[in-house]
Amino acid sequence: MSPQSAVMRRELRSYFVTPVAYVFLVIFLVLAGILTFYAGDFYERGQADLQPFFMMHPWLYLILVPALTMRMWAEETRGGTLELLLTLPITLWQAMLGKFLAAWLFIGLALVLTFPIWITVNYLGSPDNGVILAGYLGSWLMAGTFIAIGACLSALTRSQVVAFILTALVCVLLILAGHPQVLDFFQGALPRKLVNGVAHLSMLRHFEAISRGVLDVRDLLYFLLSTLGWLLAGVLLLDLKRTR
Amino acid sequence: MRYIAGRPARRWLNLSAPGDAFSHGFLPNMIETDQLTRCYGNLTAVDALSMRVEPGQVLGLLGPNGAGKSTAMRMIAGFLVPTSGTARVCGYDVLREPLQAKRALGYLPEGAPSYGELTVREFLQFIVRMRGFRPDVGFRRFDEVVHRLQLEEVLGLCIDTLSKGLRRRVGLAQAILHDPPVLMLDEPTDGLDPNQKHAVRQLIDVMARERTILISTHLLEEVHALCNRVVIIARGKLMADATPAELEQRSRYHGAVSFSAPGSGMSQEMLGRLPQVAAIEVDPLDGRITVFPKPGERILEPVEQLLRQQGLEVSEIQLERGRLDEVFRQITTDGNGQHHVMSGERA
Repeated sequence: MSPQSAVMRRELRSYFVTPVAYVFLVIFLVLAGILTFYAGDFYERGQADLQPFFMMHPWLYLILVPALTMRMWAEETRGGTLELLLTLPITLWQAMLGKFLAAWLFIGLALVLTFPIWITVNYLGSPDNGVILAGYLGSWLMAGTFIAIGACLSALTRSQVVAFILTALVCVLLILAGHPQVLDFFQGALPRKLVNGVAHLSMLRHFEAISRGVLDVRDLLYFLLSTLGWLLAGVLLLDLKRTR
Repeated sequence: MRYIAGRPARRWLNLSAPGDAFSHGFLPNMIETDQLTRCYGNLTAVDALSMRVEPGQVLGLLGPNGAGKSTAMRMIAGFLVPTSGTARVCGYDVLREPLQAKRALGYLPEGAPSYGELTVREFLQFIVRMRGFRPDVGFRRFDEVVHRLQLEEVLGLCIDTLSKGLRRRVGLAQAILHDPPVLMLDEPTDGLDPNQKHAVRQLIDVMARERTILISTHLLEEVHALCNRVVIIARGKLMADATPAELEQRSRYHGAVSFSAPGSGMSQEMLGRLPQVAAIEVDPLDGRITVFPKPGERILEPVEQLLRQQGLEVSEIQLERGRLDEVFRQITTDGNGQHHVMSGERA
């Protein structure tokens, strides 16, 4: 077994022996349901799709993913297990990847467990299940980027609270980057090209495109590359810690 | 005597690298540091430390708290990157071949950190997977280590709920799971009660029969109990490198004779006149008399003879081997008795 999958299994095991996993799953599922039906006007729209459901995901992730990732490296640093982990035959990249995969698979599980809402919409009408599948894919990819941001910022500090707040802050900036009000704010200060650049950083814009069923390579690349970028930044931060 | 040239070391080396320098009967130094240096800001925690641990040795790395023992070990283990210099484990450079070096080394970090929320079984299985064993070999190693460290009864318990001594044993199990030729233990008995200390020392003693061990400690009794070579560092610098016996010889007490005898005021004068005697001290508390020899002189017999002539009743008489604690203090403090202690060890 490769060392990164050993790390992944250990990490998943830790989620489930501490209440983290159960608390996360329950809150995620309850909030996803409530927000979809009440805030998302699931019934009143009269359309058989899961748009209201998926549109809530960025905001759910905003709170829940930092809670999942804040302990990732901060706790290892504080508890001294980082020394144990990094003196085992594993590269920093493998360790980072293992931890990332554990969190990503876990969110995948949470998404799978939302299946009752999919059954509901299929019972009530005849939705385009291809679009729904695309929505799930987009949501999972977006979760990956959130996790990578959290993993990186957790490596930055030994305080879990700081890791949580920093992650939530970066995530909310990335969600809102395409929002007209945010863009208006930049309009005065930055040249037009940069403002367009900021708009393209918006996670919401790429996610909406995918969740409408439009699988554009650029949207997929956006999530994959930003995930990889944040993970690499996290590895560099960890390496810096060994030198400093 | 533990000077057996590590048998498993050879086995391991042949297995891993057939046909290279190792299999021609050449054994590299098991641990070697080369001008190893580490700075934290302005503070030099380890200062150009060069030392070698040869096959079969149990080397005690001694020093006051904050002398740089842990920092040096962390660099050898590949956790910290040296500011300059390097270290080699079984000939593998920790900077250029970190994975090979880590495979050759079993390391118990200070305080034996482990994932407290896991059970002992889960934790050791995690280590088995990290070490990349084939499942059958992994199971065998797991069983062997659990049996060796007598962890059978606690396998299902959370590590957080274990006593310090047991946790230390789990840490040792982790360190020897892959049967490494080199073992490095950072203060393995620190914070344990006397019974637990004894148990851990016995374990180390057994493990020392088949591998090379570098052990850090600030307890001098540990040196007597375990080590056949001692390196003393203070302020990150190497201050002494010798066998425990050689260190004892540096002591003022080496070769001194001490005894208790009531009403011996007169004999003290006589003792002072012996040509081999350099000085006499009387313990103000219990009146025990210590007679120091001149360099190179043996004074046990003349002293005994004199006491007999005087007709003094002596309940017991002792020839001192030398006091390590005194030598340790002498080496690690400057003239004013000021400790070479740095401002707190960095975690």
